[in-house]
Amino acid sequence: MPLLPAVALLALFMLGPVLWSFYGSFTNAALTGVNAANPDWVGLDNYRKLFADPDFPKAIWLTVVFVFASAVVGQNVLGVLLAMLMRSSQKIIRVVVGTLIVTAWILPEIVAAFAAYAFFSKEGSLNSLLAIVGITGKSWLYATPMLAVILANVWRGTAFSMMVYSAALNDVPPEITEAATVDGAGGYKRLIYITLPMIRRSISTNLMLTTLQTLSVFTLIYVMTAGGPGTNSSTLPILAYQQAFKFAQVGYGTAIATIMLIIGGVFAVIYIRTLKPEVD
Amino acid sequence: MRLAKPLVALTAAISLIGLAGCGGSDDSSDSKTVKIAYQKFGNFTQADELFQGVKKEFEAANPGTTVELVPIEASQNDYFTKLALMNRSASTAPDLMYEDTFMIKSDVEAGYLAPLDDYLKDWSDWSLYLDAAKQAGKGDDGKTYGVSMGTDTRALWYNKEVFAAAGLPTEWAPKTWDDVLEAARTIKASDPSVIPFNMYSGKPMGEASVMQGFEMLEYGTGGTLYDEASSKWVVGNPDFIDSLGFVNTVFSEGLAPTAEQALDANIGNTVASDWLPNNKLGIALDGSWMGGTWMESGGTPWAKWTDVMGVAPMPTKNGDAPGSVSMSGGWTLAVGAKSKNPELAFKVLTTAMNAKNSLAFTIDNSQIAVRSDVAADPSYTAANPTIKAFTDLVAVTHFRPATSDYAQISNAIQVAMESVMTGQQTPEEAAAAYDKAVIGVVGEENTTSGS
Repeated sequence: MPLLPAVALLALFMLGPVLWSFYGSFTNAALTGVNAANPDWVGLDNYRKLFADPDFPKAIWLTVVFVFASAVVGQNVLGVLLAMLMRSSQKIIRVVVGTLIVTAWILPEIVAAFAAYAFFSKEGSLNSLLAIVGITGKSWLYATPMLAVILANVWRGTAFSMMVYSAALNDVPPEITEAATVDGAGGYKRLIYITLPMIRRSISTNLMLTTLQTLSVFTLIYVMTAGGPGTNSSTLPILAYQQAFKFAQVGYGTAIATIMLIIGGVFAVIYIRTLKPEVD
Repeated sequence: MRLAKPLVALTAAISLIGLAGCGGSDDSSDSKTVKIAYQKFGNFTQADELFQGVKKEFEAANPGTTVELVPIEASQNDYFTKLALMNRSASTAPDLMYEDTFMIKSDVEAGYLAPLDDYLKDWSDWSLYLDAAKQAGKGDDGKTYGVSMGTDTRALWYNKEVFAAAGLPTEWAPKTWDDVLEAARTIKASDPSVIPFNMYSGKPMGEASVMQGFEMLEYGTGGTLYDEASSKWVVGNPDFIDSLGFVNTVFSEGLAPTAEQALDANIGNTVASDWLPNNKLGIALDGSWMGGTWMESGGTPWAKWTDVMGVAPMPTKNGDAPGSVSMSGGWTLAVGAKSKNPELAFKVLTTAMNAKNSLAFTIDNSQIAVRSDVAADPSYTAANPTIKAFTDLVAVTHFRPATSDYAQISNAIQVAMESVMTGQQTPEEAAAAYDKAVIGVVGEENTTSGS
């Protein structure tokens, strides 16, 4: 009974749209033209068309690269490193570094995206800084769009991982670490055999959260590169937006959204299987 | 749980609010309110000025009525999307909307627009409209859905100061594509810091790349994208390769902006507000509305523009008849099919399009007049010295295929242009990829071989 309100809200605002989108992916619903007034059931046509589209495998690949590089590696590894470094540093450094990192995270996404755009664009702050030391920077958003959006997403998202890991590290009982030190374990061995296994559940949760969030990043990429040049940074959310709202093919766009849902599910299963958060 | 009951009640209440929002049972536009949706973006503020005035004028003349303005701040592609989304639900659908002629047919099919024939027959001004303009507002069923606010054409704008500095004639009239390229090469040779020639190209500029850029070439080869007679898209078209060849020439020889500059989504504003006024660009393939940007009411007033800028028609490829080519579009006012009071909406339309407002909008927005009274008004021709040159192009102009899959075809053209301008593909490869994309969009049975 106490769960009922939560379940009702979830059903209304989460499950409803998901089911509607799933249903939409089997129709030829459109924003304009005759299919806007009377969409038809087209079965698996959208999926057939999608798998025949050369942009689609590229978008999947870019999405996986983006998620793996910016969320799995970037945010998580950097987050755990920062959390550990902050534990052993002085308070003043902790406060200054912590504030700087969290600033990126509390910025609204659109503001963070503009800031990243201003940083990486041809006449942006990165190239101005490089010019001071005599290096002519290239046009990062044009020459290396994926690298730029990955770095931007790492910058924006690391604070979250850092805070999760700071909390987790505080829960590691100091006696165990001390006991390991007495037994002769060095810093590296303590990390691998004691600390990481003990915060395994936080790692699993955090990986899941950052992956799912990064999978659906749209504003950041759209503002910085709009998926270009060409389709060189068109991840699945960008592709879905383009099909649904630029070409008015809503049914086809929702088919892409459904694929995203499946990819998110696959990642979730992998994390739960490999990190076994329920086993203690 | 003591909390459970209030929580359940709260949840139920929230759900109800949510459902009510979806259902659209209540809405602000009662039958005495007319909601107008239009675009307001960057340098384009003329529609906003028009409707601000219309609101005052109409509300004063019709006490008890309200005109609600909904300026949509979005680029052209996003404007279509937002308008379509508004039109989907009765609670958000506008009563009156600023509608591209070219979206009319597919929006009629979607059931967004109301036919105006019953109202038009009692509106005396309707007889002043040119036949071509009346045609542009028709749906496939032959009924009229939009009242034209003006049309436009496209041509070569050239900067006479840049031309003079390069030793080129300041009264310029190229006869072939090669003449255009020669002039660009001359500018490049005389001053490498000046960009000789600009045509929009690639995905960031969207439809502008296709209509102001590619189609100005393609329709000058004698070829076409879409065979109107058989209602089929043309593939395997050698003219298509020629047009991409021109794109390849200007970008690979450095006669155009660098690919990076050209792929900046803001290049349209840069051309109008920086490059041309500051003599950084020689020739721009662009629209008749450019002059409006430089007039006092425009986004970038430039007093000297009438002396500095010249207009030359875009020649056909080899100078074949009719010698020059242009593309036309134009916008209309249309009444929404979901309007509670279409009659009142049409009344607002007639206020917005009365002689005084039509004249002001045509001049401010550098439109080509579609009403005989506006065309005959001395202030129309006096306001803008380039208007005659652009009006003359109506004789050789073309319209885009107005089918509902055009947006996807247009995207395939943008992709082809982009891969040629960046050197990723040769024109032949890009044309082959385009053919494949077109077949993917419309199906093999809706294509025809060009040769």
